[in-house]
Amino acid sequence: MTYGDRLLLGNQRESHISKFRAWVMLAVPLAAILFQVYTPRFFEFLSFLELPLLVTIYFALMRRSPIGGLLVGMLVGLAQDSLSKNPLGMFGIVKTLVGYFAASVGLRFDVDHPAVRLVLAYFFFFFHQFFYWVLSRALLAQQVSFDVQRTLFLGLLNAVVGVSLFHFLDKLRLQP
Amino acid sequence: METLINRYRNISVLLLAIFAQLLLLAYQVRSSEDVPMIRVWAVSAVTPLAKVLEIVRAGTVGVVQGYITLHDTRQDNVRMKQELDKLKMENHFLKSQLETADRTKALVAFQAQTPSKTLAARIIGQGAGFNSKVVFVDRGSTAGVEKGMAVVTPDGIVGKVLAAYPLVSQVMLITDPSFAAGVISQKHHARGTVKGQGYADCRVEYVQNEQKVDVGEWFYTSGDDRIFPKGFPVGVARVVRQGQNQKDIYIEPSGLQHGLEEVLILLEGVHQAIPDEPPPANEPVYMTPPPPPPTPAAAGGMHDDVNKGGAQTDADRLRERYKQIGEAQGHVFGEGNMGSKPPDFNIKLPGATPDATAAPAQPKAAAPRAPAPPVQPPAAPPRPDATGQPVQTPTASPRPAGAAAPVQSPAGSQRPAGTAPVQMPASSPRVTGAAPPVQTPTPSPRPAASSPGTASPAPAAPVTTAPRPDGSPAPRKTPAPAPTPPQAQPKPTKPVDPFL
Repeated sequence: MTYGDRLLLGNQRESHISKFRAWVMLAVPLAAILFQVYTPRFFEFLSFLELPLLVTIYFALMRRSPIGGLLVGMLVGLAQDSLSKNPLGMFGIVKTLVGYFAASVGLRFDVDHPAVRLVLAYFFFFFHQFFYWVLSRALLAQQVSFDVQRTLFLGLLNAVVGVSLFHFLDKLRLQP
Repeated sequence: METLINRYRNISVLLLAIFAQLLLLAYQVRSSEDVPMIRVWAVSAVTPLAKVLEIVRAGTVGVVQGYITLHDTRQDNVRMKQELDKLKMENHFLKSQLETADRTKALVAFQAQTPSKTLAARIIGQGAGFNSKVVFVDRGSTAGVEKGMAVVTPDGIVGKVLAAYPLVSQVMLITDPSFAAGVISQKHHARGTVKGQGYADCRVEYVQNEQKVDVGEWFYTSGDDRIFPKGFPVGVARVVRQGQNQKDIYIEPSGLQHGLEEVLILLEGVHQAIPDEPPPANEPVYMTPPPPPPTPAAAGGMHDDVNKGGAQTDADRLRERYKQIGEAQGHVFGEGNMGSKPPDFNIKLPGATPDATAAPAQPKAAAPRAPAPPVQPPAAPPRPDATGQPVQTPTASPRPAGAAAPVQSPAGSQRPAGTAPVQMPASSPRVTGAAPPVQTPTPSPRPAASSPGTASPAPAAPVTTAPRPDGSPAPRKTPAPAPTPPQAQPKPTKPVDPFL
């Protein structure tokens, strides 16, 4: 089987859905949110990390379920909204879309490969930031600037961290 | 229909979720109201964990900081302890230096005070061997040290030079068992021989039981041994008891009580009187600071002070008298031609004392003068030796082994204790506070108690030069306490390093 054959999965691969324990599905997003809330207090340079987004991408990719992915994204997004000054729904909508699309991509590609994970994490980070900027301007009429270069750089950093995080979270999967 | 629902289920759920959140968002934006319920849930789910995390973090940071602090504290403690040890050593060194400076001052003062010619030396080593009572000093024959010279400190005698090498000398301490020297007690003038015992105390022998010696009485060198000049403190009697024939007297040597660092070697010993008071303890010697450098004004004013009648010396008084003579005869000193008639210096001035020059006025407050050699009578009875026989010069007389026998000085040396030993002409007035000169025109027999043998007046035998029983010759003899010419005035005090 060539690498291209491995990337393009058919319906026969749909049975390889990663499963997690319930406490992992609950604790990992909560820890990610907690990290984003708590860690920048002491390590400000870590504020660039968007761990809730990375966790959403991971679960969406690995679960290979668009509905599951969008639910995870929606819950995580709403929790982020609850802890922010923004109206509820901003992160929720964005992460719902990210979860849905990530799960859709997970159905098509072998997302166990680190390079694929790196590219996907990089892409979805940029998509998340851009769509959030669009919603802010469109729905909330906020004059928020969007620094493409900075976003691309932070996306790279988050993708690198995401690959490592995904590798760690793979340990928490239930073996088939 | 079911197939259609299943086919678009995912997108339908997505649209539903998005639409619901849009409605939620629109409600909040439009009504400017929050949805507290969701926020409360989220905050209630996150903040307890944050609180626990904060407690753990604070505790961890506290422990780490405490550990780091303790670690630093331990390092600081070690460093400060090292600094403390270093400072202690520096303090000890400085104290030692200060003590050395005090001893040097005392030595300088003593050197200036004593009429004997001395040479300062440092102890540089101790003789080898068990119970060695021999030390080495850093002055040798090249510095003028000779075998047999006395070694003293301001506190008392230390020993005598056993051997003089070119650069160092070997000194036998007073505590050496083979050491002996003639001594005399301060109060009762009991003569004897001090001998080393090999330990701290020394023993005074040849003091008859009939003689009286008090505990605490000081012993001074008698000068009979021809090594130690008379008048140097030896020690204080600690034990005095009756023996079979002689008293058992043990003295504590005063010269060794404060440790030996610097000593004085008597190059030329001069006899001194036995003072009334015990020698002062080894206390810091106060020395006035050096005078300021003379300024031109002060230098000029010195002459004016003399002209104003501040006659301080005989020369001043003589100058004043000549000035009055010149004024009485209309003579101006420094004028007149060569060969002109000088003024008559023999005229009597009105109101002038007959012997203004011969007997200068006595100063009101005489400066303390250093002791000088005692007045010695021209002749003195011979000293009986231990057997009671008079010592015949130059025949040998049996004396204690290794010791300078308690050679009895002439009776004239029995001066009242504490008198100033300055020998002055009979017509010269004494300095206030000084003892009168001893008038010993005729030899007088010493009391029997002051002699270890039967005292009997005998022909004058001022000095015995008999060889010592231990075979060691007496290479250098301190002048016997015989009539001596007037001694030179005490050396001026000069705050210089005696070791230079």
